[in-house]
Amino acid sequence: MLKQIIAVTGMNLRNLSQRLGVSLVIVIGIAVTVAVLVSVLAMSAGFNKTLANTGRPDRAIVLRGGSEAELSSTISRENTQTIIDAPGVRRDADGKPIASAEMVAIINLPLKTSGADANVTFRGVGGKLQVLRPELHIIEGRMFRPALREVIVGRAAQAQFKGLGLGSRIDMRGSQWTVVGVFESGGDAHESELMADIETALSAYRRNLFQSVTVMLESADTFKAYKDALTTDPTLSVDVKREPQYYAAQSKRLTELLNFLATWVGGIMALGAVFGTLNTMYSAVSSRQMEIATLRAIGFGATPVIVSVFVEALLLSLIGSLLGGLLAWLFFNGNVVNTLGSNFSQVVFRLTVTPALLGSGVSLALVVGLFGGLFPAIRAARLPIVEALRAQ
Amino acid sequence: MSSIVSLKRVAKRYQRGKQTVEVLHSLDLEIEAGDFVALMGPSGSGKTTLLNLIGGLDRPSEGEVSVGGQRIDRLSGSALARFRARHIGFVFQFYNLMPMLSAQANVELPLLLTSLSAGKRHQHALTALQIVGLAERAKHKPAELSGGQAQRVAIARALVADPTLLVCDEPTGDLDRKTADEILGLLQLLNREHGKTIIMVTHDPKAAEYAKHILHMDKGTLAPQAVA
Repeated sequence: MLKQIIAVTGMNLRNLSQRLGVSLVIVIGIAVTVAVLVSVLAMSAGFNKTLANTGRPDRAIVLRGGSEAELSSTISRENTQTIIDAPGVRRDADGKPIASAEMVAIINLPLKTSGADANVTFRGVGGKLQVLRPELHIIEGRMFRPALREVIVGRAAQAQFKGLGLGSRIDMRGSQWTVVGVFESGGDAHESELMADIETALSAYRRNLFQSVTVMLESADTFKAYKDALTTDPTLSVDVKREPQYYAAQSKRLTELLNFLATWVGGIMALGAVFGTLNTMYSAVSSRQMEIATLRAIGFGATPVIVSVFVEALLLSLIGSLLGGLLAWLFFNGNVVNTLGSNFSQVVFRLTVTPALLGSGVSLALVVGLFGGLFPAIRAARLPIVEALRAQ
Repeated sequence: MSSIVSLKRVAKRYQRGKQTVEVLHSLDLEIEAGDFVALMGPSGSGKTTLLNLIGGLDRPSEGEVSVGGQRIDRLSGSALARFRARHIGFVFQFYNLMPMLSAQANVELPLLLTSLSAGKRHQHALTALQIVGLAERAKHKPAELSGGQAQRVAIARALVADPTLLVCDEPTGDLDRKTADEILGLLQLLNREHGKTIIMVTHDPKAAEYAKHILHMDKGTLAPQAVA
């Protein structure tokens, strides 16, 4: 039987060059399906990765109770002090708590790609910024100075928006702020932001309320004690989360949307590819009718014929999926894009085409090939020999 | 001599829409081993249907079909496939060679259904090609052969597994007179020198003259007429 299968499949595959046009229908259909699926999932993976990279388990973020994001949170100066002084917060060599009470505001800047205005997060941060966030490094220029209208800009923000070059001036709240430095922070969400001294920012925005407090814990294990201390304090009404937990929650909605899109768009395209494959394989079986009937007349069984049709469908699907994966990787992997993040501002992230995503694309293609080859294979096996021989 | 093909009260009916068409009517036939029989008759007389029943490509609606002493009318699809592989060599009007395979690989095809080693298959195929006079074209593909050469390759494929019966459906229908005579001469040689039993459907009276017996069919019945 194996000899028959190898012989019939081999003949079939050697004959593919004569059916190049129709075979390309499968390859291209599946390549496009896989490329779209992988690129949408790559968006989700890249966005997840960016937000997952944001934060450490030994850092906690405190928001007003019931607030899901910083924009909807407010914390008074008095409460901020209680939050920072609570037990479990790490202290520096001078015995001062490592924490940053922060405000966020949304500003509009033109995108480099389209020139259209898009939201960017402007964050006022405390003086312990670099101790609190050691992953943040100035890569160009210098750190902003307190009491001056100076900002540092994230590398990703600088790449996406116009007017963020060193020395540039940005209009905010009727005054001009100078870009004095560019920072990177391990590709996390903060790289899409602009940062300035908190007191200067509050003053410019005529605010006296903070929106979040980020603290460095003595260790990741002290989180519970810290959280309990704040949530049992009757003067406070706050939510305390580890940073990674907070950012994971922020990415959840978009990730769900992207996965939904990938599932539906990919699913509908896969269904189209199944019909394309069915059509092509029916046509392949039809064009091989004489061959199949002759082999059956000689004494070959139905199984080798079925296997040969399946192998062809699967092989073409595999080629299509590899091509689609390659296209997605070449054109999308590492591409910098931006989307609305938790504060209705742009989060810049890189599309990430991972081996797992490519594996998903190949798996989907093989399923398409399997379904697309099934009915033509059955037809080939049931081909009435006498009629097929007469039809030539 | 004993009968190698035996048909008893064989009828074949087809359903065309709501209508039942009977192509063969209670047909009896005995063909002896070593015979060369030409089946003639007008189009639609049922000669190809009869050939398909003898070759195990189709089953009768009624009656018994035996080939080489074996009842084949009630065999399952897979058993019929095994029967054809072992006992029948087919020669078709349009050769039905696999275009992507060389002449030798085409001839080897039926041997893939046997337990022969690759070396033996190779050797047998070359021998069959030598018998039909085409050993030097073994590596050529069908597109590189003339019609007569392609039909010789098809004949080599039909006889390579040493079948009980050669079943030829209009084997010269696509060839010019000279080439047709060469092919018919070859079939005659296989019958006379190698003792092959041959049943051939043809429209051509000149082709039928190469056979030992001519059977005339008309409207699904047989009228035997011996020649030579």
